[in-house]
Amino acid sequence: MAIRRVRIFTLFERFWHWSQMFLIVVLMITGFGLHGFHHLLTFEQAVTLHTLAAFSLLLLWAFSIFWLFTTRNWRHFIPTVKGMWQVLRFYSFGIFQGEHHPYRKAYWRKHNPLQALAYLMLKIVLFPLIWVSGLIYLFYFLWRDIPHATQILDSVALIHTGAAFTILVFVMIHIYMLTTGHSFKEHVMPMITGFDDVDLSPEEEAYLLKDEPGVIR
Amino acid sequence: MRAFLGLALALLLVGPLATLNASDQSQWPTPLASKPPDQISGPLSGGTGDHTKYDALKQPFTSGPEVTKACLSCHTETGKHFMKNIHWTWEYRNPDTGQMLGKKHLINNFCTNARGNEGMCAQCHAGYGWKDESFDFTDETNIDCLVCHETTGTYYKTPNSEGSPACSIMFEGKPPIDYNLVAQSVNLPQRANCGTCHFYGGGGDNVKHGDLSSALTNPPRELDVHMDAQGLNFACTACHVTKSHVWAGSRYRVIANDEQGTGKPGQRRDVATCESCHGNEPHPVDSLAAFKRNDHISSIACQTCHIPEFARGGVATETDWDWRTAGKTRNGEGYHEHGYTQGNGEERYTYKSIKGTFTYGENLVPLYRWFDGQMDYTTIDTKFDITKPVAINDFTGSREDPRSRIWPFKKMTTWMPADMGNGTLVYNHLWGEDEDSYWGNYDMGRSIAHGMKQFNLPYSGEYGFVETFSYWPITHMVAPKEEALACSDCHAENGRLDGVTGIYMPGRDHNVWVDTIGIIAVIGTLFVILGHALIRFFSSMKTKQGQH
Repeated sequence: MAIRRVRIFTLFERFWHWSQMFLIVVLMITGFGLHGFHHLLTFEQAVTLHTLAAFSLLLLWAFSIFWLFTTRNWRHFIPTVKGMWQVLRFYSFGIFQGEHHPYRKAYWRKHNPLQALAYLMLKIVLFPLIWVSGLIYLFYFLWRDIPHATQILDSVALIHTGAAFTILVFVMIHIYMLTTGHSFKEHVMPMITGFDDVDLSPEEEAYLLKDEPGVIR
Repeated sequence: MRAFLGLALALLLVGPLATLNASDQSQWPTPLASKPPDQISGPLSGGTGDHTKYDALKQPFTSGPEVTKACLSCHTETGKHFMKNIHWTWEYRNPDTGQMLGKKHLINNFCTNARGNEGMCAQCHAGYGWKDESFDFTDETNIDCLVCHETTGTYYKTPNSEGSPACSIMFEGKPPIDYNLVAQSVNLPQRANCGTCHFYGGGGDNVKHGDLSSALTNPPRELDVHMDAQGLNFACTACHVTKSHVWAGSRYRVIANDEQGTGKPGQRRDVATCESCHGNEPHPVDSLAAFKRNDHISSIACQTCHIPEFARGGVATETDWDWRTAGKTRNGEGYHEHGYTQGNGEERYTYKSIKGTFTYGENLVPLYRWFDGQMDYTTIDTKFDITKPVAINDFTGSREDPRSRIWPFKKMTTWMPADMGNGTLVYNHLWGEDEDSYWGNYDMGRSIAHGMKQFNLPYSGEYGFVETFSYWPITHMVAPKEEALACSDCHAENGRLDGVTGIYMPGRDHNVWVDTIGIIAVIGTLFVILGHALIRFFSSMKTKQGQH
C-alpha cells in the first residue's frame, strides 16, 4: 500500500461544492432575513435572491444527482460502520492526545465513515426536506384553497425553518472539522486543486499510472 | 453680417426661454378662458349632440322641474330608468341578508338619520322637494337632472324645507340660478358633480368616507393616479360605469374579490372593481417579485397596497364624533369652535352645538381586515346590548371564505344617542320648523321622542349615548405605483397586517418553539466547538511541553 497524491475531486465536484456553498450562504442570509432575524435586505430583495438561489441550487442538484449516478460516485456515500468507532474515538479523545486521524482515504472511499454518514443524511434527509418544503412554501398560492391551507402552511414553514437551523449547525461543524488534523489549509486545498493523499493498492496505483496519469502525482 | 449673426444667436438662445415663460404664465391660476377638457367617462365620452343648440333648452325656465321636463322631452326613457336607481329611491334591499338599507332607512354614526330630516338631508336626493313622507316618487318631473349633469358650477341646492330660523339663515342670499345657462351646459357627470354630495357625506368635506374629498375635484397624480387632472383625468363614471342610469359599485354589497376580471370587450357594466379593468394578473411580470405580487391578489384587495393612506390631499376626515357634548349654548344660542387646521390650510370645526365634538385625522393608515363584501347593518329595529360598543355596520370575512380578501377600512367611532330602555338606535328629529327639532331647541329628549313617534316606533322614553363603530372600505385615492406598500410593510413584526388573523406570513409569524430550539442548537453547537477547540489547544500545549 502506498500513499500517493491522487485527484479525488473532479472539476465538476469542486464546482458543485463551491457553488453550493455560495448558494447556501445566500439562502441562509436571505432566509433568516425573511424570517425577521435581520434587516440587511428589504423583504422584496430577500425574496428575490432567496428564490433565485433556491432555483439555482435545485438545478445544481439535478446535475449532481445525475453525475453521482452516471459516474458511480454515489458509492462513496454508502454508509458503513467499518472504522466508525475509531473515527468517533479520535474526535472524542485521540485528537486531544495529539494522535493522527485514524482514517486513510481509499480510492473508492474518499470520506471517512462519519463523513460519509453525515453527507448521506444531508443528501437524503435534510436537503430534500428543505427543498420540498421550500417549493410547497413558494407555490402556496397554487394550493391556498385546499382545506386547512393555513395550518398546512404553518407546518411547512416550521419544517423549512427547522431544516434551515439544522443545516446551519451542519455548516458550523463542517467548517470546524476543517481545523482538525494538520491544518485548515490542508483540508481546504483538495477541494480547490482536487488532489489529496490517498492510500492506493498496488493494482490501483499501477492502473492510475498507466491509464489515468493525469489523476496521480 | 456679424450683427445679424449675433441677433440670430440671441434669438435662438432667448427664444426657448421666452416660450418657457409664456407656458409658465398659462398655468397661472387665473380664470380659464376656455372650459377645462372633459373628464374620461368611459366609452360614452364625446356625445352626439350640442345642448346649446336645442330649442327645448332655450325656453324660459323658472324652476328645476321645468328643466327636467325639457330634458325628458328628448330623453324619453330616462325618467323610467332613473327612478330605479338608488340616487332616487334612497332604498336598497340587500338580496343576501334581506335587510332594508339606503339613506331612507339607515342610521349612520355621523348626523345619524336622514329619516324624518329629509327637509335638510334630501338636498342630496337627486330630486326636487322631498321634505316628508308625502314626496311623490312616481313623478318623473321631480328628478333633478342638473345636479349630476350641469357643468358651470353655478347650480346649487338648498334644503327642501325651511327648518329652524337659526338654520335657514345659512342658506339665504344666494344668487339666482340661470337655468338656461346650466341646462345648456349639461355633459356626462364630472367629478365636481358627484362630489357635490359624495365629497361632503356626514356633514362636511371628507367627514364620512375618508377617501372622498373635495381634493379629488382636481387632484394631482400623487393623490389619485386615475383622477389625476393633468393625466388620466377619470371622471367617477369611468369606473362606476352605468347602464340605464344604474351605477356599478355599491357599498352595501361590495365585490371584495372579483375573480371574473376584465370580461369580454365592452361587456362588464355591472362592477366598479379594479379587476374589471386591470384583470386578474395586474402586475406586469418583469421580475420574481411581480410573480409574487400577482399571487397575492387572491388574498389581498388591490386597495390594501395601493392606497397606503387615506384622507390625503390636505382634507381631513373625522375619526371620532361625540354627540354627548352637543347642545351647549352661549347666551341661549348655539355656537361652534375651530380647532383643527387641515393640510390645505382650511380650519375645521372641532365643536358644534348642533352636533357635538369632532376629532379629525389626515394621512391615516387604514385598518386591515378580511372582508367578504357583506355589510351587516344595525338598523332602527336591531336590538343590542347598550353596555358594549355597537357596530353600525359590521362585516364578516375570513381566510377560508373564497369571496374574502384583506381590505383597508376607515374605522369611525361615535358616541351617539340611543334608546337605553329598549336597546335600539333612534331616529332623531334634527331638522324641522316645529318646536321639537333638535337643531333649534337643543333638547334631545324631545327631538328623539318626536322622531320615534313620527314613525310609530317603540321608544322607552329614556335616551342615552352608546359607543358605536362604523367601517368604511377604502377604495379611492389610489396612489401612484411608486407609493404602493412594499413587501416589508406587512411582512414584518408590528407591520400593517398585524391584526389580521387566519394566515401565516413570513416575516410576521414565527413558531416560537422552532426558533427557540434552533437558536439553542446553534449556540450550543458553537459552545461545543469552542469547548472542543479549547481542549485541543490546551492538550497540544501540554504535549509540546512534554516534548521539551
